[in-house]
Amino acid sequence: MPFKSTVGDYQTVATLETFGFLPPMTQDEIYDQIAYIIAQGWSPLVEHVHPSRSMATYWSFWKLPFFGEKDLNVVVNELEACHRAYPDHHVRLVGYDAYTQSQGSCFVVFEGR
Amino acid sequence: MSKKYDAGVKEYRDTYWTPDYVPLDTDLLACFKCTGQEGVPKEEVAAAVAAESSTGTWSTVWSELLTDLDFYKGRCYRIEDVPGDKESFYAFIAYPLDLFEEGSITNVLTSLVGNVFGFKALRHLRLEDIRFPMAFIKTCPGPPNGIHVERDRMNKYGRPLLGCTIKPKLGLSGKNYGRVVYECLRGGLDFTKDDENINSQPFQRWQNRFEFVAEAVTLAQEETGEKKGHYLNCTANTPEEMYERAEFAKELKQPIIMHDYITGGFTANTGLSKWCRKNGMLLHIHRAMHAVIDRHPKHGIHFRVLAKCLRLSGGDQLHTGTVVGKLEGDRQTTLGYIDQLRESFVPEDRSRGNFFDQDWGSMPGVFAVASGGIHVWHMPALVSIFGDDSVLQFGGGTHGHPWGSAAGAAANRVALEACVKARNAGREIEKEGRDILLGAAKHSPELAIALETWKEIKFEFDTVDKLDVQ
Repeated sequence: MPFKSTVGDYQTVATLETFGFLPPMTQDEIYDQIAYIIAQGWSPLVEHVHPSRSMATYWSFWKLPFFGEKDLNVVVNELEACHRAYPDHHVRLVGYDAYTQSQGSCFVVFEGR
Repeated sequence: MSKKYDAGVKEYRDTYWTPDYVPLDTDLLACFKCTGQEGVPKEEVAAAVAAESSTGTWSTVWSELLTDLDFYKGRCYRIEDVPGDKESFYAFIAYPLDLFEEGSITNVLTSLVGNVFGFKALRHLRLEDIRFPMAFIKTCPGPPNGIHVERDRMNKYGRPLLGCTIKPKLGLSGKNYGRVVYECLRGGLDFTKDDENINSQPFQRWQNRFEFVAEAVTLAQEETGEKKGHYLNCTANTPEEMYERAEFAKELKQPIIMHDYITGGFTANTGLSKWCRKNGMLLHIHRAMHAVIDRHPKHGIHFRVLAKCLRLSGGDQLHTGTVVGKLEGDRQTTLGYIDQLRESFVPEDRSRGNFFDQDWGSMPGVFAVASGGIHVWHMPALVSIFGDDSVLQFGGGTHGHPWGSAAGAAANRVALEACVKARNAGREIEKEGRDILLGAAKHSPELAIALETWKEIKFEFDTVDKLDVQ
């Protein structure tokens, strides 16, 4: 493709922070990220919010953080259960790090419409 | 037992060379690389450094008998060879805590790197490292917010932050400058930055810049749905003007301001940092003039000391060099002082240039900022070297994109996220960097063009200042 001959128009996109500029992840790719969170010793946490409130600091917890959870499938099932219960909400996965009281990882898995 | 006054000139080593001394936990320890004049014994040079940076004068004076000088004097307690260098040696000096005012980095540096650096018996002198005792650290204000509070305020998790300096660095009007800020932020950067030279020049007075930038930040935030910020440079001619600019940034509801801590000075920096803590403002720190002080391998102050001093004086982000870009910086050395900015305990490790165990206690961490001559092809190496607690800044690598700054910003953001995602999935991103970037470019024409534009650029000069290891 002859890139240099044309100047493109970059259109602003609304994104949801980390990984917002990548295409939606496949099931396997989501598994890899969950495995990373668990391997770091972080607790998985699922949160959701209506898209109109996506910039709020606090999204709603789905249940409670899954403290000490090591099973990938449990986390996947909870993500899907949250998505089924709130199909129009954004659903994000957090790797919660109690040592730093911060989030070692955080990205949106399902985008609400 | 009282001493007698014996006027005249004594050898420094009689008083200040104490090889049997065991340093106290509360002592401030320093390691100097000394290069003496020919014929002067090492012990005499080292003792002279200890004396001149603490209580000593060239002559004995009667008034020193009015106090217990043994309680206050600095002592050289160890001398070591410098590997691969016959003319220089390391002198380790212990200073009692009471030599320094609580919380004053200004005071520590005035003593340790004051008159002693002009001392005639020395050809060169370099302050390599300082071990700050916990008793001193607990008196320092430290970063106004620190890494984790900054992440919470900016809502950025699980990746390095992405920024860029506005270019051209001088000469744009306030409105044009705000346009470039807007383009970068809407394209996907988290932060943009005033260049260090931008203060309040005739072509763009500070108030005008602040107002246009604030509008750009707000717009970009609304349109992208992500938190954004611009480091508003508050470095000024007087402290009064500096605080006036900081107050205006707060009035405009901006999240972050900026200061140049070496040209501005430690006193100004500590003051501004305290203001930031009080006013909920993040503080980005530039380091203009550092290379004048830290680049010569035998004279001056190593940057790891300047970095430690900044963490104590206060700042939430500090420039550290890039290792891979256009500016000087060896990888191991850089990793060594990045640890000093971010970790709560850093063990002695000569292979990283750290001469002492350094316990930081509860002092918050500082983001390491990598900026200067970097572009998308460097991304895998940068993510690998700097890790998540860093800000990666691409100036030319953003504005130089053939479609403009917004597309350049998007290209960098895609590249960054692709590298983080691959790292998390267990891939070796430095080895597989090419595949990762080319794969990501399939979904991003902006990245594909960036990769095409910068493919030939490399910076392969050897570093001037290397670690002393064989």
